[in-house]
Amino acid sequence: MLPALPGAASPGVWTLAWRRFCRDRLGLACLVVVVIYAAVMAACAAGWIVRDWSEEVAVTYAPPSFLGPEAPRGAPAAAAATAPQGALEDYGIPDPLADDLAEIAKELSGVSASETRAATLAFGADKWGRDVLKKAVKGTEISLFVGLVAAALAAFLGTLFGALAGYRGGWIDDFFNWLYSVFTSIPYLLLVLAVATVVNQKGVLTVILILGLTGWTGIFRLIRAEYMKHKVREYVLAADAIGASEARRMFVHILPNVSHVVLVQLSLHVVLFIKSEVILTFLGFGVGVDTVSWGSMLAEAQSELILGKWWQIAAATCAMAVLVTAFSLLTDALRDALDPRLK
Amino acid sequence: MSLLRVRDLAVDFRIDGSTTLRAVKGIGFDVAEHSTVALVGESGSGKTVTALAIMGLLPRENATVHAASRIDYLGRSLLQATNRDLRALRGAEISMIFQEPMSSLNPVFTVGFQIAEALRQHRALPVSQARLRALQLLGEVGLAEPQARLGAYPFQLSGGEQQRVMIAMAIACEPKLLIADEPTTALDVTVQRQILELIAGLQARRRMSVLFITHDLSLVGEIADEVVVMRRGEIREQGRTGRIFSAPQDPYTRALLACRPPLTHRPRRLPVIDDFLKGAPGGAGGEERRRGLRGDEPIILEARGLAKSFYFRDGFFGRRELKAVKGASFKLAKGKTLGVVGESGSGKTTLGLLLMRLHKACGGEVLFEGRDLLPLPPKAAYSYKRRIQIVFQNPYASLNPRFTVGQILMEPMQIHGVGSGAAERRALSLELLGKVGLAAESFAKYPHEFSGGQRQRIAIARALALRPEVLICDESVSALDVSVQAQLLNLLQDLQDEYAMSYLFISHDLAVVRYMADEVMVMKDGEIVEIAGPDEIYSNPKHPYTQLLLSSMPGRAQ
Repeated sequence: MLPALPGAASPGVWTLAWRRFCRDRLGLACLVVVVIYAAVMAACAAGWIVRDWSEEVAVTYAPPSFLGPEAPRGAPAAAAATAPQGALEDYGIPDPLADDLAEIAKELSGVSASETRAATLAFGADKWGRDVLKKAVKGTEISLFVGLVAAALAAFLGTLFGALAGYRGGWIDDFFNWLYSVFTSIPYLLLVLAVATVVNQKGVLTVILILGLTGWTGIFRLIRAEYMKHKVREYVLAADAIGASEARRMFVHILPNVSHVVLVQLSLHVVLFIKSEVILTFLGFGVGVDTVSWGSMLAEAQSELILGKWWQIAAATCAMAVLVTAFSLLTDALRDALDPRLK
Repeated sequence: MSLLRVRDLAVDFRIDGSTTLRAVKGIGFDVAEHSTVALVGESGSGKTVTALAIMGLLPRENATVHAASRIDYLGRSLLQATNRDLRALRGAEISMIFQEPMSSLNPVFTVGFQIAEALRQHRALPVSQARLRALQLLGEVGLAEPQARLGAYPFQLSGGEQQRVMIAMAIACEPKLLIADEPTTALDVTVQRQILELIAGLQARRRMSVLFITHDLSLVGEIADEVVVMRRGEIREQGRTGRIFSAPQDPYTRALLACRPPLTHRPRRLPVIDDFLKGAPGGAGGEERRRGLRGDEPIILEARGLAKSFYFRDGFFGRRELKAVKGASFKLAKGKTLGVVGESGSGKTTLGLLLMRLHKACGGEVLFEGRDLLPLPPKAAYSYKRRIQIVFQNPYASLNPRFTVGQILMEPMQIHGVGSGAAERRALSLELLGKVGLAAESFAKYPHEFSGGQRQRIAIARALALRPEVLICDESVSALDVSVQAQLLNLLQDLQDEYAMSYLFISHDLAVVRYMADEVMVMKDGEIVEIAGPDEIYSNPKHPYTQLLLSSMPGRAQ
């Protein structure tokens, strides 16, 4: 009785948008870059790569290998260390612990001989001799994770509040507008620092909460406007006419039609929050000392730069610049592909 | 001598990297001096593209005019003209008025400033003189109190007044050729009549030529000397207006003339274009459909004193009341059609939304089989929702673009528990698609893949999914081409015959309402001014407003 349905589903709005996106070569290249970063993040989180980032493998501030090792500044210090030994023998009394000490010294030198600290590394080392390259890779994990999760949180809050305010109107709209005004009337950094002080706990989760809870305002405003525009459209009236509940109209009917706005805002905020995390950590409100992010690398680099050790700041900046640029261009490409006016 | 000569005009539009669409396929026609030529065609016929090509206003990035095309204005080639020459010509020699007067006027400048600007640009008049001239022009296009209108902003004027201002701007520099692109489509019938008379009067007085573009063949008879009928980028027929109407040669022209519901009789089915193109025009001359009420039909829906007001802030404390519907009372008989006629702002759409409970009424009763729906709590009203359904005007806006047709049809069934499972609902949806004349493949497609007429069929199928007893058609065929309109009217009629549904048929189109309705209700400013049978109301209108409406109907004056 049932007529056979054609097998091939026809392209939906998203499929068409994806096809438009695929025509944008720059956008596609940026997508590849972002996907690589995301893969690195996932691999770090799973512990497949750079698990040993915190090991002190090189000498302090070992320069990048293409610069060659630094002039041996350790030699005079070693000579000074040996000098007092000669002075002790002058008393003529045999040291009762000499044998033990010799044994310990021998043991120690044996160990240090087995793990000779490298004089240079591919992209240099930090103050404790940790590999800067590995730190930058490990930093990707934290920074990108913070950016993605905080942006998702902000987008979720902004969309939910915007949908409620825009669709329901009345006192709900007034309330959320009041909340919006309160959040936007306080200078951003002050607000961030205030939340940080209240939470009073360092860590990745704190940073995510700070950024997510303060960053929803812009998205809220846009989504609210979109909902106000859509709720009087005929397809929403038609949904009402067939008896669709209010929640269904808001989230099944309207949300997919404004989701391109959310998506573009989401990727814009990822960029924004990656930069914010760096600033927060730089100011000392970011991730703890036991973890590394691009922000903490930049914070360390402050003092290194005076000594002329530029490689840590270069590594963190490059890693961040590439990701942020790629993500921003990706956002532009997304906006072009998803713009419903082009249909 | 002809003022404008178009020969072999062909225009390509680039849609994306690989596909181009030929919008105009080598057409040619002349516009003689002091004459009116009408370019008639349905959407996609290339009539607006032709006008834009003449004005040199085609978008450069994706439109290309073929090298062999020629457009000559008084012997000068417009296609070879430089931008500078074209700019000097536009507005001064050739000017254009558009369909939407609201979006063609700049909202932040006063009317007087915008007219004077055209004069200063082309005639280099000093400000004071340009202002004086603008004042004269506003008087000439028949605006009341032109002195006061000079300082008005576009939003302070009604649609008809805005179109008059547009016309004043267009004739400001005394052009030889006026291109009017659907100048009356967005306007009410009574205003449309005034604007048509204005254009005809100006044409005669100023001895200009007019290229009048429209989709409505019935308008053309009153204004044009020559008619050019276009379809899909080609000219199907051209000739003197009288000849086109009395002895159309091309089957398409014949179809266009026959598709509109006639005013003299009521065929059982309206002929559609395919009948003519296949050479077998049906419908005409067949049996007649009987309309009207006997008076003893059971009443399914009754409104008593239905009222709705909208409130606007006025000043700091005050609020202004706008009575959209003022105490409307009427009865809808089972299996019959009640036509609602009125101009924009008459409250007919609000009335439909009130009956659906999509707007909250301020007073009155809606009795469905004797039970008042308005005070029911949402839960109890829920079961009535499936018994009254609505089909909206704009088929492009009333379907959710992110849903497939299948989802659109199955959603109401899910919500109301029609059908026991997904498989049964799918079978029901496919049956509905067949009913409204769409292929089963449509099930998995998205709305954007369909034309306007097909989308309206989907909207009808969605309304039918709940097997409603009352269907409100709110201008459901108004946005569609004449030929598609005829198909949908036939479909609605077939469905009524099959399911004995009652229709509340809201439309501004008097001919369509006369064809469809068993009883006609005329609304003006929220009030019902007259209710009567269709033949009675059209032959013997009682209320002065009904008389005015009927005398404004295009095609009636002949």
